[in-house]
Amino acid sequence: MTVLRVSDAPTGEDVLIALSDVSKSYRRGGQIVPVLSKLTFDIRRKEFLALMGPSGSGKSTLLNLIAGIDSPDHGSIEVGGEDITLLPEADLADWRAANVGFIFQFYNLMPVLTALENVELPLTLTSLGRRDRRDRAQLALSLVGLSDRVKHLPSELSGGQQQRVAIARAIVTDPTMLVADEPTGDLDRQSAEEVLEIMQRLNRDLGKTIVMVTHDRRAAARARRIMHLEKGDLSYLVEQRLE
Amino acid sequence: MPLLLAYSLRNLYVRKLTNLLTATGMALVVFVYAAVLMLDSGLKQTLVATGEDTNVIFVRRSAEVEIQSLIDRRQARIIESQPEVVIGAEGAPLVSKESAVLISRPRRGGKQASNVLVRGVGPAALAVRPQVRLAEGRMFRPGSNEIVIGRALAGRFEDVEIGSSLRFAHREWKIVGRFDAGGSGFDSEIWGDSEQLMQSFRRDFFSSVTVRLADRSSFDTLKARLEADPRLTIEAKRERIFYEEQSRLLSGFIQMLGITLSVMFSLGAVIGATITMYAAVASRMMEVGVLRALGFRRSRILVAFLVEALLLALVGWVVGLSFASLMMQVKISTLNWTSLSELAFRFVLTPEIVLRSLVFALVMGFLGGFLPAVRAARMKIVDALRVA
Ligand SMILES: Nc1ncnc2c1ncn2[C@@H]1O[C@H](COP(=O)(O)OP(=O)(O)O)[C@@H](O)[C@H]1O
Ligand SMILES: [Mg+2]
Repeated sequence: MTVLRVSDAPTGEDVLIALSDVSKSYRRGGQIVPVLSKLTFDIRRKEFLALMGPSGSGKSTLLNLIAGIDSPDHGSIEVGGEDITLLPEADLADWRAANVGFIFQFYNLMPVLTALENVELPLTLTSLGRRDRRDRAQLALSLVGLSDRVKHLPSELSGGQQQRVAIARAIVTDPTMLVADEPTGDLDRQSAEEVLEIMQRLNRDLGKTIVMVTHDRRAAARARRIMHLEKGDLSYLVEQRLE
Repeated sequence: MPLLLAYSLRNLYVRKLTNLLTATGMALVVFVYAAVLMLDSGLKQTLVATGEDTNVIFVRRSAEVEIQSLIDRRQARIIESQPEVVIGAEGAPLVSKESAVLISRPRRGGKQASNVLVRGVGPAALAVRPQVRLAEGRMFRPGSNEIVIGRALAGRFEDVEIGSSLRFAHREWKIVGRFDAGGSGFDSEIWGDSEQLMQSFRRDFFSSVTVRLADRSSFDTLKARLEADPRLTIEAKRERIFYEEQSRLLSGFIQMLGITLSVMFSLGAVIGATITMYAAVASRMMEVGVLRALGFRRSRILVAFLVEALLLALVGWVVGLSFASLMMQVKISTLNWTSLSELAFRFVLTPEIVLRSLVFALVMGFLGGFLPAVRAARMKIVDALRVA
């Protein structure tokens, strides 16, 4: 295991996400709370990156910036050569629909929709017809091993099953990258292993770039690279390569 | 069904108790709004049906209603001899020279009295007004003390029924028949022989003269000629217009009352809908955050919540209008402030009312849903997602 500074991160053609000089602070009760300061690093295509660090160090904030659901105060975030911080809001929404799949700690499925409908939901933003949408959603559910649960509501599924539905929803549009914020944080060991197994397969077999925030060392061990977000005066990144 | 619509519908169903209460509030307003419009359209329909387009009524100039009008016998003769008047089967012109007088009669059940219009009519009255048919008993005999009563009077006033007698103008009048005037204003009148009635009321002039035209388009020439005649101080109107104008005062009042009530009530319903929709938004912050993260634009979120509010209003509309349509069974009788006589009419539901109440309900839904929908659409994704 080697620990090195972020500046040694890979460069070149296989870079998918390039952050440079990214800063983000929040305003809380008239006070400005700096969270991220001048972060510069790259994430390669087909990478499986685990983002670790103590609570409150800004892991979720960083993930949200990469996923285009929050915007930095300074700096640029290039994804596939396109600086998403420059996109107008509506275009950014379209960009997310096409490029990002989300996996949340608490699954965040629509309670009134069935498993199949939840997976179909992002496809309603595409030009696909109803039949194609159904077929695709079905396929995505079979990839996570839930073909027999399509008609179930989230409340009728276990936590692990719900998270698998969420993964199906994240991959159904075939996005370039998946972002996952503590995807196993709410699961028992067994379910967590299943979910991680699926994510690893998505990365290995389908070449999905995955950025995963996690507390869990066991979860992080599934990744190909780990970055630690440490909180000193300012947060900084430490990289750990796994052999 | 589009997935997002199913999503909205099912969410409405999930909070069904709250939503049912909200929709009930809207239904109440729709009911009041539709009922008032139905009342107004019933009034208008009754008075419009009273007049015919082929008939012309002559009254004294500037007399708005017949009881204010005087036409003497010489003037009446000039009017009936005009060439535009159609000649009936018996060779006489179709003209009814009429006297209109109000009498006060106690209403059945209550002690209150109300005015009933007694119309003295000429022998050709039924031929001039084909919508009036004898329904029961027989017509009064000319030159007698007999009278016939309109359908809407029966049962509404003391002693106004076939076989009984009414005492007014120093005489006993025997009721021998009941006529059906097809839901028009005549249904609220008493008819008798005009000469007999004028004698006993001690007057020697008519109130109005109604003639039937051979050709309805000859109205303008007839009107122009007679109104210019220096011997006559009369005004000619199409009969339909004349009676329609009698609805104005009451109709204006009903509409104002209706609009005031509806606006006041709808304020409550809109506030109710706003509170309900705010609660719906608050309970689904996470879902809004997820939808936005998945790539749904702000406008889609706005529309989704607006649609939900509109669906709520649609339920309110269906319920409110259904109850309002039951009002069609209800007959109402009140004083017409223009003619000062009692007039019976029904609640009438027209396609226009169906449409207007729908628009009204949807506007309520839109107003109620607007602010909550804007809040949902304006939420920052990360803030929405932080709500566990
Ligand atoms: N929307 C926000 N408004 C205000 N402060 C925030 C917001 N989001 C995060 N923070 C603050 O920023 C810091 C980093 O938060 P976060 O990125 O969630 O950390 P982590 O995911 O590593 O636990 C925390 O101190 C948190 O309280
Ligand atoms: Mg976090």
